[in-house]
Amino acid sequence: MAARAVGVEAAALEGVEVEYAAAGRVLGPFELSVSDGEIVALVGPSGCGKSTALRLLAGLETPTRGRTRLAAGRGETSMVFQAATLAPWLTALANVALPLELAGAPRGEARRRAAQALQRVGLGGSQGARPAQLSGGMAMRVALARALVTAPRVLLLDEPFAALDEITRRALADDLLLLWQVERAAIVFVTHSVEEAVYMAARVVVMTCGPGRAAAQITVEAPLPRPAGFRATPLFRHAAEAVSAELALVMGASA
Amino acid sequence: MNRLERVLAPVALITLLLLLWETVCRAARIPAFLLPPPSQVAAALVEGAPSLALAAWRTLSMALLALAAASLFASSVGLFVSLDRTVENAVRPLAVGLQVTPVVAIAPLFVIWAGIDHPGRAIVALAAIVAFFPIYSGVVTGLKSADPDLERLFDLYGAGPMQRLLRLRMPAAVPAMLEGHKVAAGLAVIGAVVAEFVAGSGGAQGLAWRILEAGNRLQTARMFAAIIVLAVMAGLLHFAFQALEARALVWWRGR
Repeated sequence: MAARAVGVEAAALEGVEVEYAAAGRVLGPFELSVSDGEIVALVGPSGCGKSTALRLLAGLETPTRGRTRLAAGRGETSMVFQAATLAPWLTALANVALPLELAGAPRGEARRRAAQALQRVGLGGSQGARPAQLSGGMAMRVALARALVTAPRVLLLDEPFAALDEITRRALADDLLLLWQVERAAIVFVTHSVEEAVYMAARVVVMTCGPGRAAAQITVEAPLPRPAGFRATPLFRHAAEAVSAELALVMGASA
Repeated sequence: MNRLERVLAPVALITLLLLLWETVCRAARIPAFLLPPPSQVAAALVEGAPSLALAAWRTLSMALLALAAASLFASSVGLFVSLDRTVENAVRPLAVGLQVTPVVAIAPLFVIWAGIDHPGRAIVALAAIVAFFPIYSGVVTGLKSADPDLERLFDLYGAGPMQRLLRLRMPAAVPAMLEGHKVAAGLAVIGAVVAEFVAGSGGAQGLAWRILEAGNRLQTARMFAAIIVLAVMAGLLHFAFQALEARALVWWRGR
């Protein structure tokens, strides 16, 4: 996978607003521009349109007002949800091969690349396992492999590790950053965890509620993937405190 | 121990009830045409075993034939209907109407249509009608039961309608379809017996006819014998389908 030029826009939301008949306006006006290879975290209270913003970036929804600029073509965007969302009737390998097969890749070729993707997330030995036989962390790795198997330009993660225990989510965060180092996809992820946001993202966008808007942006000026012991550094703590402070303001305003 | 208890507990209860029944019949000198003691019922069972077995087979084969017909018909209608919301809405009241109308009420119609010489056809058709709804509703709900996030992934990967049906909706429908067939199997037996009662002729020679015939002659012990055979047969069928469903689910999700 050739590294993509940094600074080229991968996806952008331009003054988007999303209204649902039942819920009214859930998002916007909201601006977000993500460059190739950039990692952005969206942090905010529940129901702030964060997942809606992700679906806009995926092209799964169209905004009521404003517009989206999606540089990624069809099949160049991948998504990971809070649950692993694997097909229970398929093996891990078949689940990972699915996006390729849907795009028309020959079965053998798809399975070969899927096996490589599983290898990369450390599950080379679990090709034949069914989702029901995998632990939560392993199932999430399979979901990651499925997202990465298409070598996406944009990777969208909707609270990807929220259902996992602390140790597993830290391990997965590190693994994801290592994988990102190779793939250099633009990553946008939604999280409730300030720690996770600061640890993984170069830029953290704090969102307000009802309707969702960007309240603040905090840049984390540290190399990615993070050096060992990064969570203990003053830089990490300051960034986390800055995000927490903004979040407290947002929560106070909406409470 | 637990397993043994699960077998022994009902056996003990049944033995106790039979003893009580026998004692009451003898002590109160209840006439045998009103309530024969279990010993007489057992004698009738042994004596009538060959003809009861044949009658049970006839009822069972009609029920299974009806189940197969219902499965084929309900699955294809369910599949067709799920392709289009308007069609589904159009068919729903008809399907519900078919389900809520008691089979006894429509049985005479079918007996007329099948002709007096072919009560078997009417019975199979009626049992199939009773078995239709659970399978139909299992197929329709099953085809809609795929994880919405998995549906989104199919959107994201640009899956076509055929790919979506074959690779997502149909495999996702398997558990609901199995459940529908299990319920339908029990209903098919009930439907076959009820239809045979209404047909009221000996043409089909099933268990219902044995009950009717013995009843007309006030041979109450033989009625009981036929009822017991019917209950045991329906029970065994239920357990067989339950075991089949459990097996199939293990195959489906690999555990």
